[in-house]
Order: sequence, then C-alpha cells, then structure tokens
Amino acid sequence: MNLTIDVTNKEKITTVSLAGEVDAFTAPKLKETLLPLTKESGQTIEVDLQEVSYMDSTGLGVFISALKSTKEHDTALKLIQMQERVYRLFKITGLTEIMDIDNTVRGGM
Amino acid sequence: MSTLKLDLENYKELMQQYIETQDEQALYQAEQFSKHSMQQNISPEEIINVHVQSLQHLYPDMPEHIRSSLDFLLETMISYGLAYQEYQSLRERQLELKSEISVAANMQKTLLATEKPEIEGLDVGAISIPAKQMNGDYYHFVKDDSGALGVAIADVVGKGVPAALCMSMIKYSMDSFPENRMDPGVILGSLNRVVERNVDSSMFITMFYGLYNINNHTFRFSSAGHEPGYYYDSKQDYFEEIDASGLVLGVSPEATYEQCTKEVHVGDMIIMLTDGVTECRQGDRFIEEDEVLEIIKQYAHLPAQETVEHVYKHFERLQDFQLRDDFTLIILKRKV
Repeated sequence: MNLTIDVTNKEKITTVSLAGEVDAFTAPKLKETLLPLTKESGQTIEVDLQEVSYMDSTGLGVFISALKSTKEHDTALKLIQMQERVYRLFKITGLTEIMDIDNTVRGGM
Repeated sequence: MSTLKLDLENYKELMQQYIETQDEQALYQAEQFSKHSMQQNISPEEIINVHVQSLQHLYPDMPEHIRSSLDFLLETMISYGLAYQEYQSLRERQLELKSEISVAANMQKTLLATEKPEIEGLDVGAISIPAKQMNGDYYHFVKDDSGALGVAIADVVGKGVPAALCMSMIKYSMDSFPENRMDPGVILGSLNRVVERNVDSSMFITMFYGLYNINNHTFRFSSAGHEPGYYYDSKQDYFEEIDASGLVLGVSPEATYEQCTKEVHVGDMIIMLTDGVTECRQGDRFIEEDEVLEIIKQYAHLPAQETVEHVYKHFERLQDFQLRDDFTLIILKRKV
C-alpha cells in the first residue's frame, strides 16, 4: 500500500492531505514533506488523515518529531479527521494529551 | 602478464579447435577458461582482447570492418567490466556487513539477557521473537529483597540497529536505579528523562512496568504509552484491559505516569504484550483483540511458559511464518 501526500497552502494555514498507509516504508517520505513545513515561522500545519487507514509506530515517530519541531520554530501542528483505528494509536501512546487533535469528525473503519 | 600470455595461446588453440571441428569438448574448455578468468579477476574486456588477438593470429587478413567492430565491442565491454567490478566489491562489502550485524545481534542477546525468575506461588512465562535480526522489543525481570517482582516490557520505535542500541541504554539505566525505588511510576519518569535527553527526535519507546508483590498479591503498574495489558479473571472467565495513562518515553521531559493497582486472585493471570501481538495480520486483515484473547484462553490451562509458546506458534502459523513486527508476550499466573 502506498501513501499519497498533497500539500495546499492558504495564507497562514498549510494543509497536508494524506491518503493510504503510514508505515516504515512511507514514513520517510512523509517526514521529508512535513518537517520543512514546521520550520516556516508563524504557519499552522493541518494534517488531514481522513484517508489514512493504517498507521504504525514509525508513522507516530514522524508526528512526534514534527511536534518537537513546531515548538522550536514557533509553528503549530493540528491533526484532523482521524480514523478510529489510527486514533486508538494516538490515544494509547498518550499523544492525544499533548497534540492538537480534532476528533470530532472521525470516520469509521 | 605471463599467465595471460599462456592463456592467450590456450584460448587461440581452443578457438581454432572449435572452428575446425565444432567439438563440444572445446566448449567445455571454454567454460573452464571463463571460470578461471573470474577467479583471477580478469575483466570481460580482457577476454575480448584475447579473442581479438587470437583471431588476428589465425586470420591475419581479417576484413577491416570486422576488426573495427571488434574494437567497438572492446570499448563497450570496458564500462561493463567496471560495473561488474563494482558489483563484486559491493557484494563483498554486503557479506561483511551481514556478519557484523550478526555479531551485533549476538552481543545484544548477551547484553540484554534477563533471567526468568523462579518465584514460589507465581508461574511466569515469557517469549520475545524478533521479526528481523535485531529485536526492538525488550523485557526485563528484577526481583527485590522484599519479594517483589518487577517486570518491564518495552518496544522501541525505529527498528534494527538503532533500536537495539537504545534498548541497551534503557537496560543499563534501569539497572542503575536504587532497589528501594521500584515504584513503576517513578521508574518510568526517570527513564523518560534519560530517553528524552539521548535519542533522536523521531525515536521513542513505549513501556509497561509492573511490580508484583508476592506478599499480598497485588500488581502495581504504570504505562508509558504502551499497549494495554490484560487481567484474566479465571472464576468469571473474563478478560479486563489493564492500562494506566502516560506518554511514550522520550517526547516530553515533564511527562508523569499514573500508577494503578490490581489485586490478583488464585488462578488469575496478568498478560503483557507488545503491538507485534495485537497487530498481527492474516493477509490484509488485522487480527482483532478478541481473537488474541481467545487464543490465550485456549492455552491458559498449561504452565505459563507453554501458554506463551503456543500462542506465539499459533500467530506465526497464521502469518505464514513471516513476522511483520517483533513479538513479545509475558504471562504471570498466580498459582496459590
């Protein structure tokens, strides 16, 4: 399974839409796209995960380093439209407590 | 160059023999010549050179355009020969790396070895199988003087060699904690600070730490973002998730860890695992939590070590003997 990454920009908000699986194979590609975005001061990066059916811990690692980077560069990271299975992973790892995750619109499995 | 000269004579004779008689024997000899050349690291273009020279000896009045075409072939083979040499040296390098990694994997086994404790009244089973050479999962038992058993189960994110190195760091930090401070929450808090300071930003560790008090049969535990464990109530034949809130190790230095306590009754079990167990896949389908618990129950009547081994074998078979992730399962069963 592959991952497609689509980046759109609207003033201070950059939206990164993902579709597919975020795992050990696709995570490096996501990191390459996401990390530089977190370094543009003043930006809010919204990651839309509606079309992400599976994420493993390597994927989580990418979001953790993105979060750390936002703190260093005065940017913000927001995860939106997460599916149930992916949300469970963020919940177990305690990341829902420290990340801005919009869990009002969660697609089913 | 003298051997090559000899070979030139040899090649010329063989070629002549073949041209005149079409003899299979000459073809066989040619094959030997080719093998011998490889052993001597003779490049493909050198063989062509030998071929051209032999031809010139045998047919001095070879037409000019044939001669040119052979020069052309010679040039072509030079880059091919270079690429082949590079391939050879990469292959050697790869073999070297492979043996270095297997040395590292063995060293990891020695460094991280933990002895399964023998404790009166408690039946302990543990299994940890890496998907690749190096294991990113880890478990550790510590017995203290008061009769308490500490159990740590952890999963490092980022597999392979970096994960393994990170595990050694965790193990040695844990060994250095004073024994009178075995509180799960405190231990995870200290480890979190060690990991946060020492690993790459995309790396983190999940860990479940439990302390089984053999005197009053209570199990105190904390979790750093680890897969929840389970408590099996044998009387009611019921599994209950055991989890405590806490952030994965290595993300924020201020993280604190909730500590929960569970009373353990005779015949009941505590089950700790990593996501290699819960994220098993059969083809494209994920195994549901209930299926995992069902299989554990199926083997629960056996001694704990046999239970974990049977459960592992079941999922190994289900995934066609190809683990996608490291698999670790620990069971503590109260006997009396």
